[in-house]
Amino acid sequence: MPSFVINDKCDGCKAQDRTACQYICPNDLMVLDKEKNKAYNRAVDMCWECYSCVKICPTQAIEIRGYADFMPLGGVVQPLRSTDSIMWAVKFRNKKVKRFKFPIRTTPEGTIEPDAGFETGSDDLKSPVLRTEPESL
Amino acid sequence: MNADNFETVVVETDLLILGGGMAACGAAFEASHWAKKHKQRVTVVDKASMERSGAVAMGLSAINLYLGVSKGNNTVDDYVSYVKNDLMGIARKDLVANIARHVDSSVHLFEKWGLPIWKDEEGNYVNEGRWQIMIHGESYKSIVSEAAKNALRELGDNGSYYERVFITEPVMFGDRCVGAVGFSVRENKFYLFKAKAVLDVMGGAVHIFRPKSVGEGLGRSWYPPFNSGASTYFTLKAGAEMTCQEVRFVPVRFKDSYGPVGAWFLLFKSKATNAKGEDYMETRAAELENWAPYGTSKPTPANLRNYLMLLELEEGNGPIYMRTDEAIKKLVAEIPDEKEAKRKMKELESEAWEDFLDMTVSQALNWASHNIMPEESPSEISACEPYFISSHSGASGAWISGPNDLAPDEHHWGYDNMTTVKGLFAAGDASGASSHKFSSGSFTEGRIAAKAAIAFCVDHPDLPGIGEEQITALKEKVLQPLKMFGEHSGYTNDEDVNPNYIKPRMFMFRLQKIMDEYAGGASVGFKTSEALLTKGLEYLQFMKEDAEKLAAGDLNELMRCWENVHRMWQAESHIRTVLFREETRWPGYYFRTDHPTMKEEWEAFANCRWDPETGEWEMIKRDLL
Repeated sequence: MPSFVINDKCDGCKAQDRTACQYICPNDLMVLDKEKNKAYNRAVDMCWECYSCVKICPTQAIEIRGYADFMPLGGVVQPLRSTDSIMWAVKFRNKKVKRFKFPIRTTPEGTIEPDAGFETGSDDLKSPVLRTEPESL
Repeated sequence: MNADNFETVVVETDLLILGGGMAACGAAFEASHWAKKHKQRVTVVDKASMERSGAVAMGLSAINLYLGVSKGNNTVDDYVSYVKNDLMGIARKDLVANIARHVDSSVHLFEKWGLPIWKDEEGNYVNEGRWQIMIHGESYKSIVSEAAKNALRELGDNGSYYERVFITEPVMFGDRCVGAVGFSVRENKFYLFKAKAVLDVMGGAVHIFRPKSVGEGLGRSWYPPFNSGASTYFTLKAGAEMTCQEVRFVPVRFKDSYGPVGAWFLLFKSKATNAKGEDYMETRAAELENWAPYGTSKPTPANLRNYLMLLELEEGNGPIYMRTDEAIKKLVAEIPDEKEAKRKMKELESEAWEDFLDMTVSQALNWASHNIMPEESPSEISACEPYFISSHSGASGAWISGPNDLAPDEHHWGYDNMTTVKGLFAAGDASGASSHKFSSGSFTEGRIAAKAAIAFCVDHPDLPGIGEEQITALKEKVLQPLKMFGEHSGYTNDEDVNPNYIKPRMFMFRLQKIMDEYAGGASVGFKTSEALLTKGLEYLQFMKEDAEKLAAGDLNELMRCWENVHRMWQAESHIRTVLFREETRWPGYYFRTDHPTMKEEWEAFANCRWDPETGEWEMIKRDLL
């Protein structure tokens, strides 16, 4: 499959213009079936398993089933991403489970100031001094 | 879908940035600052959505280029020597140094913007290797893209971002690049972007060679499948000189899911061995002398490490294993206190899994589905298929101008990172002979190029007019696959099988088969020769003719058509340059069986140029300097 959509959980992003998975997929694979109001992956063998759709889905309707041409069935890796951390559940084929939590960001979303408080030391367009340099070096 | 009802949208700007990955984000960040001061407009066009666009879409577990100059950890010269040696002498010192002298500033910005970087007890970054620092990088791209978008916003109406617009062709005015055309992959719109300067940062090229997995796993390329050769195509078609088109990269990674090995080799000090447990870097050390002086310098160049492994496989000594179990046991054994050792074990386990979960989740899934616990059993590693990625250990890209304070005269023509075509700039995977930029260096090179491109805009205030005729012709060309499908699809009962046209999917498979079998792909052990390459080139000419008959049933397929045309041109420039360089210099990337050794006369750059006027290829040998 790589990414697949669980019918019962997908609500087609409430029939908005575009689903979240459609918005995010870097390879333009996720599409909304307008009749069924469910999203699907239109070319599973072009899926990088990047998990962008899994992470962004507001109803957690998307999971990954490993590439069947080299992965035995039964493994599951599922994230739950918040604004500052991500939790992973790794389920093995033999039913063992491991859980991990990692930070992903130290600032609140949407607050980035490009200069980050650094001054740019030169106004000369032809000098090698880049924006925020030399202070940021 | 009717190719006739496409609206033409014309966007006029000053600096046009093509791409949405790390280099594009660096460019948008830098350009905005200088554009504001000099009243210039900046437009970014991305085939995807910037938050997860490009090779860092999934995240990364390390930043592979950080010098720490302010702390006295390394010098720019140290880095230049390292890169040059890794590429067997073939690198532009001026370009590598230019990136290296600025890259720390980019990393410091990433940290301020919110990227969590691992710190030790004294508050210093945790190094994975000499140049690599560890990060919690799941959201690396989201963070960097937010900064880039916020920078564009500082320009008000003069900064704009178009997502889901796929760029196909450069727009030329005489010998100057003055824009680009493409189409929306969401609605029936043809786009013409007019600009004073154009920056090509559209990434590397994947799926040129047949991947080892050809079922569902086709998509699990090491570099992402959406990096489809757009950068090379764009500069080639504009008539720019290209360099190092022969220098592909063959990564050795955990088998099939292509998880990263850097943390295992560098941070955990793991060894790779053959099936008998022999460390081939030790048992085959003598082979490295055949590739001196590069082979005998430390660290051993990536391609030679590959080569020693390939020799093992040729002798039937596979599988090759990363001895993760031994590495972890050794690290834990160093701690005498039992409780402390247990804690260390837990920490190492978490670090090992994070390495995959941050950047190649599929490898974690692979371990889970095979019941692999890295502390208990080793894991197979293998060579992937070849990729075109000058930001890593490949080098293919445009031949660009170096900075005037670092470059020799022959390597400097006015503006940093400008190609040999006026007004056309390149960075990241689009510029060549400056390997090992990685994520931070690509972002940095985007900054360097963008500042220079704004200077070009200021120096060239006139926006040349583009004739209606040229626009009409380009629109017709870009939308041709839709027309082809519309005219002929009704002829057969299966839209994929039709004697009048070819769909992009089979077109891609045909390209991959040619490249794999004739140009030294994975299935032939990366070996090729003049006879094979010449035959491959012959088959490519048929493909070039058939490219006129590509057909697309919808916008997504139209993008696939153009992606594969782009790939085909990357492939042709590769074959021609491998033919041109009559030696073997990177035996772990490709091996010329008819010229099996490294030659003094090829301590030089192998460049090429496609002439838009005549359609002829010119091969050019340039001194290293």
